[in-house]
Amino acid sequence: MAYSPHTAADHERMLAAIGVDSIEGLFADIPPAVRAERFAVPPPLTEQEVRAEVTRLAYRNALPRVSFLGAGAYRHLVPAVVGEVIGRAEFATAYTPYQPEVSQGTLQSIYEFQSMVCELTGMEVASASHYDGATATAEAALMACRLTRRERIAVSSAVGPQTRAVLRTYCSGPGIEIVEVGADLAESGSGLTPVERAAATLDDTVACLVVQQPNFFGGIEPMRELVDAAHDAGAQLVVLVEPTSLAVLEAPGAYGADIVTAEGQPLGIPLSYGGPYVGLMAARMASVRQMPGRLVGATRDGAGRKGYVLTLQAREQHIRREKAASNICTNQALCALAATAYLAAVGPAGLREVAELSMLQARHLAAALEAAGLGVRRFSAPYFAEVAISVTDAARVHAALAERGIVAGYPLWDEYPELADTLLLAATELTTDAEIAELVAALGEVAV
Amino acid sequence: MSVAERSGTAAADASGRGAAFASPAPAEELIVVEPLIFAASSPGRRGVRFPSATDTARHAASGQPDVPADARRGAAPRLPEVSELDLLRHFNRLSQLNHAIDLGFYPLGSCTMKYNPKVNEWAASRTGFAASHPLDPAACAQGSIELEWLLAELLREISGFAAVSLQPAAGAHGELTGMLMTRAYHRSRGEGQTRTRVLVPDSAHGTNPATATMVGYETVTIRSNERGGIDLEALREALNERTAALMITNPSTLGIFEDQIDQVLAAVRQAGAIAYMDGANLNAILGRFRPGEAGFDVMHFNLHKTFSTPHGGGGPGAGPVGVSERLAPFLPGPLPILVEGDPEEVRRNAWAGRTTPRARFALEDPATRPESIGRVRAFTGNFGMFVRAYTYIRSNGDAGLRAVSEDAVLAANYLRVRLADAYDLPYDRICKHEVVFSGRRQKRQHRVTTLDIAKAILDHGIHPPTIYFPLIVEEALMVEPTETESIETLDRFVDVMHGIAEQAAADPEALKRAPTTTPVGRLDEAGAARRPDLRFDFGTAAPGAEASASTETGAE
Amino acid sequence: MSSTHPDDLRYSKEHEWVRVDGAQATIGITSFAADELGDIVFVELPEPGTRISQFGAFGVIESVKAVSDLYAPVSGEVTELNEALRDRPELVNSDPYGEGWIARVSLAEESGLDGLMDADAYRESTAG
Repeated sequence: MAYSPHTAADHERMLAAIGVDSIEGLFADIPPAVRAERFAVPPPLTEQEVRAEVTRLAYRNALPRVSFLGAGAYRHLVPAVVGEVIGRAEFATAYTPYQPEVSQGTLQSIYEFQSMVCELTGMEVASASHYDGATATAEAALMACRLTRRERIAVSSAVGPQTRAVLRTYCSGPGIEIVEVGADLAESGSGLTPVERAAATLDDTVACLVVQQPNFFGGIEPMRELVDAAHDAGAQLVVLVEPTSLAVLEAPGAYGADIVTAEGQPLGIPLSYGGPYVGLMAARMASVRQMPGRLVGATRDGAGRKGYVLTLQAREQHIRREKAASNICTNQALCALAATAYLAAVGPAGLREVAELSMLQARHLAAALEAAGLGVRRFSAPYFAEVAISVTDAARVHAALAERGIVAGYPLWDEYPELADTLLLAATELTTDAEIAELVAALGEVAV
Repeated sequence: MSVAERSGTAAADASGRGAAFASPAPAEELIVVEPLIFAASSPGRRGVRFPSATDTARHAASGQPDVPADARRGAAPRLPEVSELDLLRHFNRLSQLNHAIDLGFYPLGSCTMKYNPKVNEWAASRTGFAASHPLDPAACAQGSIELEWLLAELLREISGFAAVSLQPAAGAHGELTGMLMTRAYHRSRGEGQTRTRVLVPDSAHGTNPATATMVGYETVTIRSNERGGIDLEALREALNERTAALMITNPSTLGIFEDQIDQVLAAVRQAGAIAYMDGANLNAILGRFRPGEAGFDVMHFNLHKTFSTPHGGGGPGAGPVGVSERLAPFLPGPLPILVEGDPEEVRRNAWAGRTTPRARFALEDPATRPESIGRVRAFTGNFGMFVRAYTYIRSNGDAGLRAVSEDAVLAANYLRVRLADAYDLPYDRICKHEVVFSGRRQKRQHRVTTLDIAKAILDHGIHPPTIYFPLIVEEALMVEPTETESIETLDRFVDVMHGIAEQAAADPEALKRAPTTTPVGRLDEAGAARRPDLRFDFGTAAPGAEASASTETGAE
Repeated sequence: MSSTHPDDLRYSKEHEWVRVDGAQATIGITSFAADELGDIVFVELPEPGTRISQFGAFGVIESVKAVSDLYAPVSGEVTELNEALRDRPELVNSDPYGEGWIARVSLAEESGLDGLMDADAYRESTAG
């Protein structure tokens, strides 16, 4: 009703052509025993009414005035031009590019995306995207199992809890066993994955070591040593990276990572209560046939024009069916386009500014809290743009600050019992000096 | 040489699928339709800029540990250095190379390419939603959680299921969730080791068997009967104590309602197996058939199909799952719940556009669902798509959703009868929202394949129907008009298809050369796969500005 | 059909051919199979030294639009792979009985060769 163009006359003409008296005749083949007995959906709303309803719900979100919350999703600038690009109806209302002759916009932009992901990660091939960083990491672990023909994986506890939860779910499918490598969470410990502990877990039954860089606590892991530990055992190194950090931190390809994944949300995608986001995955060319997800390749047409197509599709569900590397079909193309537009909009210099400002403000934040005697860095290791801070009576303090419209980061104690009274605070290029000052002042008042 | 080249003509390659690629041109003379973004790059060119670091910040931060030198990047990534204007022009021009629903007819079977209402976009862009962090305290996110709760309630009502999880990101993701729950269910009853097989009809979408494999199941294919439904006898023979589940699409991928669905479900239930419905074709049955009510155990919804969220060139979508009572304990959580307040009152108020003052929402404590299969993604789901789908369902309402299915089915049957003279109809009976033709007449009589027909349709500014699916129909052509196309659009499509059928007889070579009016012609897919070129080769081009070793932020 | 099936070969139901040379054999797929698959883009094979058993899947052959398991027409041990197929998988289409050979095998004692069809029988089986 809302968007149907059919008039009564149109209905009549169609029914006459079909040769039924009424629309009911077209549903006569539904057995009476299974016909719907109820359909208590509320009545239709006009545009102004539905906009009022949406506004009601949007306003019910009492957004924090000041937030230091990260823990896997980050508040970054979404440049206005990114919204313009993904707002193009030709991108947004197109389907998966199975007919490449009328899909060159989508296909070429995916090729550009793949190129940029390879550049950032230093890897040879990147897929056209996955649902999010956590599912990409889970798919990467399964890929490592296929490549090594091993059935166990090792995962650092410094990999984020949501990611580890998704890994558990995905591994339960084919019955892959997960071994945890405990991070050094002691007070004034490094907050990193101990290399000897990782090495002790790795043997010829383990397909990969999964780590995160920077890790969930913001800590900068000793990647070369971890790669060596994995390779010494014939295992793959799977690393989940934060994409803006790749402007300043070493590219995983340079330190020998085998499969790289990332949560692409920081690249021009709004927080939007958790989705849609976009998972990145990159690997070596030699592994490409075990890589899940779509791939776009360059080619040409009969008239000598350059063009792009979905390629190596024989790996995918619509051809391989039960032998497919994964069941992925719809991915996150428009979000990948947002990331592509973002990376082009900020460029290497802009991405570096984002990373360095984020790092600076995280250090500013930690220093200010320490100077005021309100919080102490839990871990000793250098960090990127997120830092774990111990605060006395943190649960009460966090709740009190939330009531004032300040979200003082992510409470760690539920998922990491050793980290009682520890909050994970993130800073980005949007974090202002005034916000840090306000946090310190408010914390000072609440802490008494 | 490709098979087509060797056979010397632009005719069918030996698989009968039509020329992949007609005549080669020397590589140096490649014509570029729109250069890659990297071509507009010039060292030092800037787009978006960021503020300089303040002295306050620098001073305060100076005592904190720096990133160690050996963890630092060497050369900067060679991202494009372009102006904002050049960037925008590039993507605008690229977009103009696409066909899209907003430009023209898109009767892609099984995909439900209906109009994507713009008020849905307006809704999703509200700051209250866009700036909502998934880990915000519940008190900050009452609007987000209430919307999720209301959407789940609506999907429950539409489908007749007992419970819904919004978490999966796409239909295939929903299938994975459904199969993991199936396995958890059987394990909970001590039958995890014995029930190892999943039955799928031979008309199934490729994601179905692919999903079964991801969960460690063996796929058993059940033939369809001559009416286009699953063969009940074959199904009964295959069902036994080793069966974990039946995965079935209803209406089937042939666009035909399973008119023995009650017997199918009874047989599955009797065998102790789980009945999974692929909800891709829900657009045909809104208000008429509620899978949960009929006896299915689990179904995934495709919000990007029936519920109008845009396809985005390949996502994002959303694939919530609905389940019966017996599978509810296994849902991936945490689900949005009403912690304080009466659900009936909250619904009544929400349907009237009111907030319930004392109602309080939260994400459930995972400990309350101990048998959950766990998370299938990091957060609660593709929330931006939930806003769109909620807006769509509320806009249509009960009458509107019913009309959606009625008009979708009407349009598909209209095309069925108007094209039945020109194209073979393997299942000549009333269809639902899509109809499957076969191009075998054209292939046998004129050596024109369904691929050729599809390429010819492109020249008329129309996206072709789905081709070569389902696999059980030779030279399949699956047409799904949806309910949002005017009769004039449908009539024009009929004329185009008749014209192509005539041309197949009169001038098949013209069809083999199609498309000729699109930005590119038929592409060399074999070459793309044999010599993969999957990223821009920067060659020996110098990388961008060398990264400095300091933590100084640099506005140039 | 791009070439007729040579008389000196033996054929399996799964459209593989075998050329026997004493205790060694060369195997490939028939022109019928190659035509069905269309433009071949990739062939995945086991390393030399692998034992294969007749009618068991031992590799994969991929075209743009389809993928198929390769079923061993005989039992034996893989001794050599056609390295040319790595860069030029299209040889399987252009010369399936010659340069498009897939693997060389040293025949097992019970190779199962007798269970295969001769050229006439194969032609007949694919005629329908």
